[in-house]
Amino acid sequence: MKTTGIIIEGLKKQYGSGDTLVDALKGVEMKVAPGEVVGLVGPSGSGKSTLLKCLGAVIEPSSGRMTLGETVIYDGGWKIKDLRALRRDNIGFVFQAPYLIPFLDVIDNVALLPMLAGERNPVARKRAVALLEALDVGHRAKAMPSQLSGGEQQRVAIARALVNHPPVILADEPTAPLDSERALSVIGILNDMARQYETAIIIVTHDEKIIPSFKRIYHIRDGRTHEEAGEGKSPHELIKTYRA
Amino acid sequence: MISLAGRDILHGWGRFLLTGVGLGLLIGVTLSMAGIYRGMVDDANVLIESSGADLWVVQQGTLGPYAEPSSIYEDTYRGIRGMQGVARAANVTYLTMQVRYADRDVRAMVVGVVPGGAGEPGQPGFLVAGRHLIGSRYEAVADVKTGFSLGDTVTIRRNRYRVVGLTRRMVSSGGDPMIFIPLKEAQQAQFLKDNDALLQQRRRTEANPLFNRPSVPGLLEAVIASQTTNSYVNAVLVQMKPGYDPDVVAENIQRWKRLQVYTRPQMRTILVDKLIATSAKQIGMFLVILSIVSAAIVAFIIYTMTMAKIREIAVLKLIGTRNRVIASMILQQALGLGAIGFVVGKIAATLWSPFFPRYVLLEPGDAVRGFVAVMVISVLASILAITAALKVDPAEAIGG
Repeated sequence: MKTTGIIIEGLKKQYGSGDTLVDALKGVEMKVAPGEVVGLVGPSGSGKSTLLKCLGAVIEPSSGRMTLGETVIYDGGWKIKDLRALRRDNIGFVFQAPYLIPFLDVIDNVALLPMLAGERNPVARKRAVALLEALDVGHRAKAMPSQLSGGEQQRVAIARALVNHPPVILADEPTAPLDSERALSVIGILNDMARQYETAIIIVTHDEKIIPSFKRIYHIRDGRTHEEAGEGKSPHELIKTYRA
Repeated sequence: MISLAGRDILHGWGRFLLTGVGLGLLIGVTLSMAGIYRGMVDDANVLIESSGADLWVVQQGTLGPYAEPSSIYEDTYRGIRGMQGVARAANVTYLTMQVRYADRDVRAMVVGVVPGGAGEPGQPGFLVAGRHLIGSRYEAVADVKTGFSLGDTVTIRRNRYRVVGLTRRMVSSGGDPMIFIPLKEAQQAQFLKDNDALLQQRRRTEANPLFNRPSVPGLLEAVIASQTTNSYVNAVLVQMKPGYDPDVVAENIQRWKRLQVYTRPQMRTILVDKLIATSAKQIGMFLVILSIVSAAIVAFIIYTMTMAKIREIAVLKLIGTRNRVIASMILQQALGLGAIGFVVGKIAATLWSPFFPRYVLLEPGDAVRGFVAVMVISVLASILAITAALKVDPAEAIGG
């Protein structure tokens, strides 16, 4: 049983220097338990993408502390030497567009990650097939990404994010191009997967139709996480808060 | 690990193949240029070998008979024949001219040889059809590149010759096919003037008081007769007896006959190093330019292909793909493109080389060197794209 999902404490990020200094994150506090799916909402320029990039270990924060799974990855400086391996083994990414590799078929798009981690091809493919089956796209395993519908592509992208069983998944507007039914289906899948694999999932979204499906939502504004929506609030209240 | 490059190539194989074919045609031109140079060298060697000579005796101080004009008396060969180490010696003339056939002209080198059989100095080494020249009967043996057939009648200057034999690979250092005719007729053809010129020459001689002396009867006629006959040849080809050193025999002829003598290695040096040196430099320049153009094309194509999937590269980097995997993918694609280009180029060069007017010799060694060069060019050309790909920030995949 995993005890820690994501813990962010006093995370700050500054861009530029002197007169051009910009405080993108001014002390973000977040906590996501294993198996939990939380929403991260906020207006444009509020720092959502910067937070995601810091969490994804693609840009270095200025200060603060981040813990993913059981590992402190940042504490005033990177605590992990190989950030590439950290991303590969500990963080799954789901984007607004699926960004599947167009020249690989579905199964290899998913199996690529375990292969990169050194897994043998048959084992990696077996694991990919199992996940694709679980996400109900197993029958499209041999198809090329261009032959899939938008919803199918997004499910394959989710399978890719999950295939290495990372403790954390970061999803950036994963339902933006989908209609309500498919959007809710994707969120449902992410919830199921979070429970099944005890994965902590942060979903950045502007999508009002999925906001009510989160038990907890972090609002980020001016580089700070302002409030944490409680489980008791109604969907209507959540949307109202988000719009405020 | 799956081959990302292989999958990418398979995914867009049509575009990749077409690009490879385009590059291949360029490589084909490059290989053909090298083949043209090799053909020129081979023509020079064949010219030396097929002449059947061990020594070339020419006018003193000249590089004749192929590289410079040379003129020596036609009876010189008699004295040479009597020298130690000489087995056979025969006169020969060379004249590059337009030979008239039906209603067209054919550029050819007319070679005047002493009629005889195969093995005689100057004679074509072998025939592919017909027979050798027998005597002065206005007959000719032609290289098949002239396009003549047995029984054809061709016009050389004012005389008509019947083609009685065909040979192959007998061309001048300029690539013109050879036509062999009897020596006497070739000498006539070389110095034969038109009627107007003869009349003009006679009139001038008659007007010259040095030649037209009433006190010396017969002088004018003798001078005019000497002006209308040709007692010169371009060279004497010498075959040596076994066991003699060509350098020693050449030195003896030079010393006693006051003529220039070239051995086979010396003649090869003249033909290859001097006669086609400028052409070789010209071709060398073309090869350098074509290599640069090929490199630029590969670089541009690979760079464009890489830029087209920059987002995918950002995603690959974000999900943990190592730089060397991405660099290897681009490098493999560049090498694949180069390999396709080389195969297409080699096939194209092989297919079109027989249609070139000059002999194109595609040597396996050149093909190997060409393949290595293409691979090196592909590696160098991929550097730009690899640099661009490695600079891609994985954060670009997240956006924002």
